[in-house]
Amino acid sequence: MTALRYGISDTLVLAKRSLLRIPRQPDLLVGFTVQPILFILLFVYVFGGAIRTPGYDYVDFLMPGIIVQSIVFGGFVTALGLADDLKKGLIDRFRSLPMTRSALLTGRTLGDVVTNIFQLIVMFTVGLIIGFNFSSSVGEVVAGILLLLLIGYAFSWVFAFIGLSSSSPEAANAFGFTILFPVTFVSSAFVPVHTMPSWLQPIAEHNPFTKMVNAARALFLGIPAGNNVWVALLWTLAIIAVFAPLSAWRYRRVVTR
Amino acid sequence: MQSAPAVETTGLRKSYGSVHALRGVDLHVDPGSVFGLLGPNGAGKTTAVRILTTLLQPDDGSARVAGFDVVRDAAKVRQHIGLAGQYAAVDENLTGFENLEMVGRLYHLRRGQPGARARELLASFGLSDAADRLVRTYSGGMRRRLDLAAALVARPPVLFLDEPTTGLDIRSRIELWDAIEALVSEGTTVLLTTQVLDEADRLAARIAVIDQGLVIAEGTPGELKRQVGGERLDIHLCNEGRGEDAVAALASIASDQPFLEDGSVRVPVVERRGTIADAVRRLDDAGIAIDDISVSSPTLDDVFLNLTGHAAEHEGEEAEAQSR
Repeated sequence: MTALRYGISDTLVLAKRSLLRIPRQPDLLVGFTVQPILFILLFVYVFGGAIRTPGYDYVDFLMPGIIVQSIVFGGFVTALGLADDLKKGLIDRFRSLPMTRSALLTGRTLGDVVTNIFQLIVMFTVGLIIGFNFSSSVGEVVAGILLLLLIGYAFSWVFAFIGLSSSSPEAANAFGFTILFPVTFVSSAFVPVHTMPSWLQPIAEHNPFTKMVNAARALFLGIPAGNNVWVALLWTLAIIAVFAPLSAWRYRRVVTR
Repeated sequence: MQSAPAVETTGLRKSYGSVHALRGVDLHVDPGSVFGLLGPNGAGKTTAVRILTTLLQPDDGSARVAGFDVVRDAAKVRQHIGLAGQYAAVDENLTGFENLEMVGRLYHLRRGQPGARARELLASFGLSDAADRLVRTYSGGMRRRLDLAAALVARPPVLFLDEPTTGLDIRSRIELWDAIEALVSEGTTVLLTTQVLDEADRLAARIAVIDQGLVIAEGTPGELKRQVGGERLDIHLCNEGRGEDAVAALASIASDQPFLEDGSVRVPVVERRGTIADAVRRLDDAGIAIDDISVSSPTLDDVFLNLTGHAAEHEGEEAEAQSR
């Protein structure tokens, strides 16, 4: 019982630390606000006219996609933060304290949930201003938002692992943006999959991002979901099931460089 | 003497692939004392501290800290230690106060205590004025003091300081030394690693010299310095022709026969306190004018040359980092 109480309080202490960092590092704050807004505006007004999305306005098609992509990268602050903690020796300090060992990771990933909520508010606000409409029930919208937050949480663990495995914050950055970023594009997030070359279509179709984006679209736009929501949920839970233990294992072994 | 040692290791070994960081290290640190682990980069000092603070597991041998085994009772050990070191492991994006309060909460201090303890420590380390500033605006010396304060939040009986003054300027170094001395006077046991003989000399009651993963000498600073030959006065005379007269005048205060070298008079002495005044007085009495006088202390290089027959290897900061 005491262990659980300490586990929760340690997690909250470290989540607060993770969140305090954001307003104090202007580049991170920009990452959470200006960048997603710019992306929405660029896609809608620059590419929007050229991309045909039969049945929907492009803004309605785009918003679920771009929100999934942003939420996936919402946990990136965890990769940067952990890589930085390693570089600065803070990991040694935390590991020498009588705190719950995994609290640094649970604290950071919990902090990401808060920033992701903030990010969702910003993006939906901008979307609604430029013409996005929810066309589903309140229950479906709430389910969609919860799914998005769970997706964000799952990727926080992926980024925790990347941060603990990178030689520096710069390396974590390079890994995130040269590998994961393109993968989010080979999906249904920005253009309909059937417009891609035929060899690319099966890849995009089976990309878990496509499942997640399709699930968000179904829940926000009220179109038939098929099995997309369940497949997306399974993918998300599988990512947590793999990367949470992997990060915890890595954290126990890692030492300051 | 108190019964249980604060730190005790037996046959501690740790290798990283083919690099043997520790090759059987035995240490014994009495409670309430300062123990210096002296050695060059890559000697194994940091590896030893990491094992003692439960960050690493030894390949072989055993270690007890505050009476608890570092492998079997790691959680207990962590409740009784503080760690500060060359990294100044404090969060740059928090204020000094927030850093210490966070550490207090993670030590599970009682409600209200983390904040009170943070204020108290900031005051005793001269950081009260900077308490609510972000640490990234702190100077190097301020960061180290905050790092040391963070290690003290839970008043740990055993404190590990891994090269606490590496990279600091002289003034910050002396401030930190004063802080460490004040702690020891309150009964904290300190295990300190350093590459600087002066630092071990100033702070430690006993010193173990470590080289290539082995303890090659152990004793009080005086005992080690006597092995190396102690300190030396170097006196340059206005008239170099009177060198022999100076040697004769100073023979009685020297620990060994004074000699002439490069036009200067070299006078080996054991105790530096008072010797300069004494030497000046004797030369003055003999009517010999002094151009310049200085004291040279044995360096870590001298200790190593003397103990191992080879100079301390300066492989740069990277050596130990790579051996991890």
